[in-house]
Amino acid sequence: MKRVNAVVIGAGAAGGIVAKELAVAGLSVVLLERGKWYTANDCRKDDLRNQRTTLLGNAFGPEDEGNPRVWSDAKGLPHIALASEGSYQNNAACVGGGTLSYGAQAWRYMPQDFRMKSTYGAPTGSSLEDWPISYDDLEPFYEKAEYEIGISGDYSATPFHGPRRHPLPMPPVPPGREFGILEPAAKRLGLHPFHIPMARNSVPYNGRGPCMRCRWCCGFACEVDAKNGSQNTVIPVALGTGNCELRTESMVKEILTDDHGRAIGVAYFDSNGSLQQQLSDLVVVSGCAVESARLLLNSKSRLLPNGLGNRYDQVGRNLQGHHYTGAIGYFDFDTYDDVGPGASIAVSDYNHGTPGLIGGGMLANEFIRLPIHTIDRLPPNTPRWGLAHKQAMREWHRRSIVIIGPTQQIPSSDARVTVDQTVRDKWGLPVARFSGNVHPHTFEIGDVQANRAEAWLKEAGAIHTSVMAGKPDSVSAGQHQAGTCRMGNDPKSSVVNRNCQIHDVDNVFVIDSSVHVTNGGFNPVLTIMAIAYMASDALVHNWKGTGFRS
Amino acid sequence: MLSNRKPGSLTRRQFVVVGALGSAALAIGCKAGKQGDWESLTEEQARTLTAVCDQIVPEDEFPSASQAGVLNYIDRQLMRPYRRHRHAYRHGLQDVDTASRKRFGSDLASLSQLQQFEIVSDLERQNPGFFQLVRNHTLEGYYGSPRHGGNRDAVSWRMLGLAEPPVRGRAQYDLTNGSSS
Repeated sequence: MKRVNAVVIGAGAAGGIVAKELAVAGLSVVLLERGKWYTANDCRKDDLRNQRTTLLGNAFGPEDEGNPRVWSDAKGLPHIALASEGSYQNNAACVGGGTLSYGAQAWRYMPQDFRMKSTYGAPTGSSLEDWPISYDDLEPFYEKAEYEIGISGDYSATPFHGPRRHPLPMPPVPPGREFGILEPAAKRLGLHPFHIPMARNSVPYNGRGPCMRCRWCCGFACEVDAKNGSQNTVIPVALGTGNCELRTESMVKEILTDDHGRAIGVAYFDSNGSLQQQLSDLVVVSGCAVESARLLLNSKSRLLPNGLGNRYDQVGRNLQGHHYTGAIGYFDFDTYDDVGPGASIAVSDYNHGTPGLIGGGMLANEFIRLPIHTIDRLPPNTPRWGLAHKQAMREWHRRSIVIIGPTQQIPSSDARVTVDQTVRDKWGLPVARFSGNVHPHTFEIGDVQANRAEAWLKEAGAIHTSVMAGKPDSVSAGQHQAGTCRMGNDPKSSVVNRNCQIHDVDNVFVIDSSVHVTNGGFNPVLTIMAIAYMASDALVHNWKGTGFRS
Repeated sequence: MLSNRKPGSLTRRQFVVVGALGSAALAIGCKAGKQGDWESLTEEQARTLTAVCDQIVPEDEFPSASQAGVLNYIDRQLMRPYRRHRHAYRHGLQDVDTASRKRFGSDLASLSQLQQFEIVSDLERQNPGFFQLVRNHTLEGYYGSPRHGGNRDAVSWRMLGLAEPPVRGRAQYDLTNGSSS
C-alpha cells in the first residue's frame, strides 16, 4: 500500500476534523474507522435499538458479539461487559462516531474549567490539575468549530461563559413548551436561563435544511440531516480534497515503530479481516478515551515494552466522564408538546463559585422522552407493574419534566483503562479493562446539583418531584469519556504536550477527549472539536514536507 | 376493536409475520421437540408467559400486554439479542407453574385473575431476578417500537396521546403557544 503522510485512526468528532485539516493543507491522509458509514435509514426511529436506548443492541456500533470489555466491581472482581450494556462505557463505532447520533449539545467550557487546581486546590485522592492551555488559547478554535460544524443557540441571556468574539452562527430552534414553563421559574430563582448551544441547524446552513422537530433525536441519526456531526461536515470536505481516503470496517491492531522508537505506520485488520500495513510519516490516534488508550497500550515494542507513550505508566489513567444527577418534576398540566429536540433551556450559574464545592455543572431540561423512558420515571411509590403502573403511564407521560446536568468529575489516577490479557475481541486483540471508581467529592457535588434541579422544578409548579442521584460503584465514562492521555508539560505526569504530541514519540499524536485534563461541567464535544482544530493547526504549521519539527 | 381481540387469534396472525424469520431461527438450531406457532417458546411456556405478562400490563379500556403482541416481542427477542435469557425463561416459567400447582392446584394460565395476581406477586418477592427480566421485557414490548413485534398498531403510543403516525415538519408552525422568548 502506498505510503502516506498521515494515518488518522477513528472517524469521530476529532478524527474527522484532523483528517479534513490535514487534507486541506495538502497532506495525504488515510482515515481508518472500525465501524461502518450509517445513514438515518439504518436506524429509523427504533425506540429499543438506538445509541441511547440499547436494550436490543447498539444501532451504531459496536455489536455485542466479538467486542467485549472487562470491568471490575467494588471488590475488584472482573466481569465481562457487552457493548450494549452500561458497564461497557460505550460511545459509538461508526463514521461520525458519537456525533452521528448525539443530542448535539455543543458547549464551550468556561475559563475556570482549564485551571481547576489553581482555582480550587486538589482534594485528597484526586489528580485534579490545570490544563497547559487556557480558554483564551482555545477560543479561536471554539469559534472555528462553531462556524464549520454549525451551532445554533443564544448565549446572550447569561453572563456565565468565557469571552467570545462573535455570536453563534445560527439562532436557537424556537422554544418548546418546557422552555416556556422553566424560563420564568429560573428567573424567579435569580438564575440566568438561556438557549442551549446545539450542533443542529435551526435554519438552512452549510447546504442542509433545518431541524423538523421530531420525537426521535438524542441517540438517533437525523432523518433530515439537520444534526451536524463530522460525518456530514468535515469528512465530506476531507474526501472532496482528493487527499484523504476513508477506509471503514478497519480495526487498527497496533502502531508500528522502528528501532529508534518512532512510528512508521499502523497494522490494521481490513473489512475482510485480513491484516494490512499502512506506512505513514505520522500517526494520529482519535479513537476516543477508552479505545485510544487501549491502542497505545497494545502497541508494544522492544523499546516501548509497556506500550507507546506509556514510559511513566500514565496511559489510561484519569478516566472520567460526567456524573449525571438531576430531578423529575410531575405537574398537574401537560408539559409535553411532542416537539424535539426537547432539551432547550439551561443555566450555567452553578458551574463554579459554590463555597465548599470544587466546580459544579450546568443544568438543562432533558431531551424529548419516548414512552420507553417513562416506564421507570414515574412518581415515587408508583407500583412497578399492574393496572396502577399502566394508569400512571397515562397520567404522567405528558406531565413530567426532567432537569439534569453533567457534574464535572474530580479526576482520580486510579480510575483507569488497562488491557486485559485473557479476554480478546474478535480480532484477537486484548480488550479494554476498567478499574477504580469516581472520586467521592464528585458525588457531593452531584447531590447538590440534584437538589438545585428539584428546586427549579418546584418553582415551576411541580406537584411531586423525585431526585436522581445514583452513586455508581465503578468508573464513569460512557459517551463523555475523557482523560486517559492527559495533556501536560511534564512527561512524568502526562502523555501528550499542548500540541497533543506524545512526549517521547514525536510523530504520534493523540487528538480526542483522551487529552482532557478535566472534563468541564458541560457536554464535551465542542471542546474535543476545538482541540482537534488547534492541534491540527500546530501540526500543519510544523510540517516540513515528509517530517516536522515542533 | 383491539381490546376485543382474542389472544389466540393474535398468535395465529403473528405467525404469518414471523414465518419468514423463523427459517433463519431453525437454521441456528431450535430446541428439539419445539412445536407450534412460536419461534423460541413452547405452547406451554407461551400460555404461562401470557398470564404473567397480562398481570404486568392488564387489560382495561386499552389492550393487555398479550393483546398488544408482547408475547411476539419476547419470543422473537429470545431468538436474537435475548438468546442469553432463554435459560432463565425456561426455568423461571417452569417454577411459576410449579408454584401455581402447589398453591392452587393447576398451572397459572388456568387460574382466576386474582389467583394469578397472587402468584405473580409471590414471584416478584421470591425470584426478583426473573420477575424483573419479564417485567422489563413486557414493558419494552408494550411501550417500545412496533417493529419488534409488540405494541401492535402503536396502541400504547395512542394510549399516551402521541400522534401516530407522527407529525412531521413542525418547524413550520408556531410552537411557542404564547410562551416567552
